[in-house]
Amino acid sequence: MARSVWARPFLYLLALVMSVFFLLPVYVMVTTSLKPLDEVTLADMWKLPSTIDWSSYATAFDKLAPNFWNSILLVVPATLLSALLGSLNGYVLSKWKFKGADTLFTLILFGMFIPYQSILIPLIQFLREIGLYNTIPGLVFVHVVYGIPITTLMFRNFYAAIPDEMIESAKIDGAGFIRIFRYIMLPLSITGFVVVAIWQFTNIWNEFLFAVTITTSDKQPIMVALQNLSGSQIVQWNVQMAGALLAALPTLLVYTFLGKYFVRGLLAGSVKG
Amino acid sequence: MVETVSITPAEKTAGVPAVRKKRKWTADHWLAAAFLAPSVVLIFLFVYGFIGWTGYVSLSNWNSLVPDWSFAGLKNYLYLFHDFRFQADLRNTLVFTVLFIAAVIVLGQLLAILLDQKLRGESLFRNIFFFPMALSFVVTGVVWQWLFNPSTGVNLFLKPLDLDSKWYTDTTILGGFHWGKIEFGIPVAIIAVVVAAVWQMTGFAVAMYLAGLRAIPDEVREAARMDGATEFQLYWKIILPLLRPITVSVIIIMAHISLKIFDLIYAMTGPGANFVTDVPGVYMFETTFRGNYYANGAAIAIVMLLSVAIFIVPYLISSRKGGS
Repeated sequence: MARSVWARPFLYLLALVMSVFFLLPVYVMVTTSLKPLDEVTLADMWKLPSTIDWSSYATAFDKLAPNFWNSILLVVPATLLSALLGSLNGYVLSKWKFKGADTLFTLILFGMFIPYQSILIPLIQFLREIGLYNTIPGLVFVHVVYGIPITTLMFRNFYAAIPDEMIESAKIDGAGFIRIFRYIMLPLSITGFVVVAIWQFTNIWNEFLFAVTITTSDKQPIMVALQNLSGSQIVQWNVQMAGALLAALPTLLVYTFLGKYFVRGLLAGSVKG
Repeated sequence: MVETVSITPAEKTAGVPAVRKKRKWTADHWLAAAFLAPSVVLIFLFVYGFIGWTGYVSLSNWNSLVPDWSFAGLKNYLYLFHDFRFQADLRNTLVFTVLFIAAVIVLGQLLAILLDQKLRGESLFRNIFFFPMALSFVVTGVVWQWLFNPSTGVNLFLKPLDLDSKWYTDTTILGGFHWGKIEFGIPVAIIAVVVAAVWQMTGFAVAMYLAGLRAIPDEVREAARMDGATEFQLYWKIILPLLRPITVSVIIIMAHISLKIFDLIYAMTGPGANFVTDVPGVYMFETTFRGNYYANGAAIAIVMLLSVAIFIVPYLISSRKGGS
């Protein structure tokens, strides 16, 4: 494509330099986490460890394992429920439109842009009132509710690609709202569910504001516990980096194996047609 | 972490009113409405209702552990706008947002065009640019806190250049002049946070621009080349203008992320000395949940909401109109 002789090597050089920028934190994270504490000094920061020492992983795992488990208990039901709710809403808002449906949809969408600080005080009062404050089910509930806009958007756009004629002919054959969903929409929405589930899984796993305000100590999800590691007086950077890697592992694995769907989720809404 | 929006695809199918009008409102329509109803109720209660409630708290005297619902008028807002910390927050948010969005757009376009050059190992490069998006802001904050550690980190490389910055502990304000109670300008410490945020979010813009580039038909490029345009002219004069609608989306999405940013800064630097890296999100959290100044916290939250709404509401309305 580029014509001059130096252009292609220059492009590769640029790609390489940018890759170094993006991988630098990973290098530091991995090497630091494998160092024994006495090598984690400021001067040796960029050096490779002299021996590989897994002990910081053991320490980090000991400290974070309960919170890791909390996150799993949170993210699995929250992802499933919000995907299910989103698919139903998307189905109604794309195939059973009524007067004002688009306005209603826009009003729902607004919910995903708000800073959650603006609903946090009443939310916590409410959760205390119904006894869900400082519980994992409380957090599940919160993520399902505030996940409605994004999951509805994704499924609505996804279902818009299914031709209306299919629905019409199913209706002529006597199929109703539920049968059409069950036998036409659901079988066609496996990809939709994968995309939405990956998106919600990643977002809920990584979420911090709700987690830090709605739960305390032993109910806290992984990200709050990770943040607390650095809050202690002496920061053991090797343990800190090992902890960061452990906390990032599930979403990194998802990205590694299902990255295509992750990017699709990202684009599911962002590029205007 | 991030959210995206577009209302367009589904809207496109709505352009056939002639057939639609004839449809009867059947029992199935009631069923459809019944399935949608719970979500609608939840959104109206938990989004709009709670925003109203927060607005009410922001006008009350509830600045201790015990709720006090007596009416305070705009007292809490007046307090905030005369408050050193909040003025610093406004400066920091403005500087952070501008630098962050500018960097993400420039880098996003550059890398997307780079990935569009059919390089060998393209998918490897793409994954390298994208993977930080899968990480939590907390993880990013923890790692970059270590990288920008003033006595080490990147400074070990910069020392020979005599560029030994104190990074996020630096209280210098570049180009400062007096404004209210604060020194207005670019806090050096914010730059460190911007770098971390750009590192995490650039992939998002790259993905969007790349999708946009792939949507441009090859004929456009061929025609330009036939007319004798150089590669540079092709991109500068033809491709980049075609990507402008994507830039609008990128700006909206990045602006709403940056205006409500909390976790990255909380994990990486906290408020900082002289509040050089403080933002409304951090202030709201600390004053409400650590200091029990609920009415003040609610007022901060409402200011945050309004700043986001300035971007989002026109965008949502124009998307609605553009589609139908």
